[in-house]
Amino acid sequence: MIHLAGPYLLAAVLAGLGTYGVLARRNAVLVLIGVELVLNAATLLLVAVGASAGDRWAAGNVLTLFVITIAAAEVCVALAVVLAVFRMRGDVDLSEPRS
Amino acid sequence: MTGLDLAFAAVGAIAAASGLLAVTTRHVVHAALWLVVCLGSVAGCYLVLGAELVALVQVLVYVGAVVVLVLFALMLTRAPIGPRAEISTSPLHRTLAAVLGAGVTALLASVLLPLAHPVDRHETDTSVLSRELFGTWVWPFEVLSLLLLVALVAALAVSRVGTSREEGA
Repeated sequence: MIHLAGPYLLAAVLAGLGTYGVLARRNAVLVLIGVELVLNAATLLLVAVGASAGDRWAAGNVLTLFVITIAAAEVCVALAVVLAVFRMRGDVDLSEPRS
Repeated sequence: MTGLDLAFAAVGAIAAASGLLAVTTRHVVHAALWLVVCLGSVAGCYLVLGAELVALVQVLVYVGAVVVLVLFALMLTRAPIGPRAEISTSPLHRTLAAVLGAGVTALLASVLLPLAHPVDRHETDTSVLSRELFGTWVWPFEVLSLLLLVALVAALAVSRVGTSREEGA
C-alpha cells in the first residue's frame, strides 16, 4: 500500500520550483534547469498514476519514457541555440536585450 | 503510513530540497550538480513507485546525458566559478517569481491532493512494459526516433549559425 498524496505533493512542489527557476534566472542555461524540473514533475505524476494500476497498455510508464526522450531532444536543441547566442553576443544573459 | 510511504517521503524530501537548491544557489556549476541530486532522487521515487525501467532510464538519460550536456554548455559559455549574484534576477523579480511558483504549487496541490488515496502498488514488470512498448506503442516509438534524428540535425545546423556568417557563406 502506498498513499498517492506523497507523489502528488512532490509533483506540485517540483512544478512550483521549476516555475521559480525559469522566472528567477538570468543565465539561459540555468533557465533550462527550471524546465527540467517542470518536466520531472509531469513524469512523476505519470508514474504515480501508472503505479495505482488500471492503466491500459502500461501507458503511465511508456509515456514517461517518451517524455524523457523528448526532454533529451529539447535540451539538445536548446543548448545549440544557447551556444549560437553566446557566439554572436558574447554572453547568455537573458535580461539585457541587445540588437 | 507504510514502509513505502516512509521511503517515498525520504527520497521525496531529498528531491524537493535539492531542487530548491538547484534553482536558488549562486554558484552556476553547483546548480547543475544539485540538479543531478534532484533527478537521481526522482529516479529513487520511481523505484519506490515500482517503475524499475523508468528509474533506470531516468538515471541513464537524465543524469547521464542531459546533465552532462548542461555542464558542457556551462563550460562552453564560460560560466563563472564561485558565487555570482548576477545569474539571478533582481530581488523584486525573484519575489514575484517565488509568489508565482508558490501559486503553481498551491494550485496543483489543491487540485491533486483531493484525488489522492491509498492504493496497492502496481509494479510494472519490465517484460510487460517492453511488450507494450514494441507492440501497442511501436509507431509513436518510431516517430520518436525520427524526432531524435531531427533534433540532432537541427542542433548541428543551429550551432553553425555564427560560423557561417563569419565565413560570408
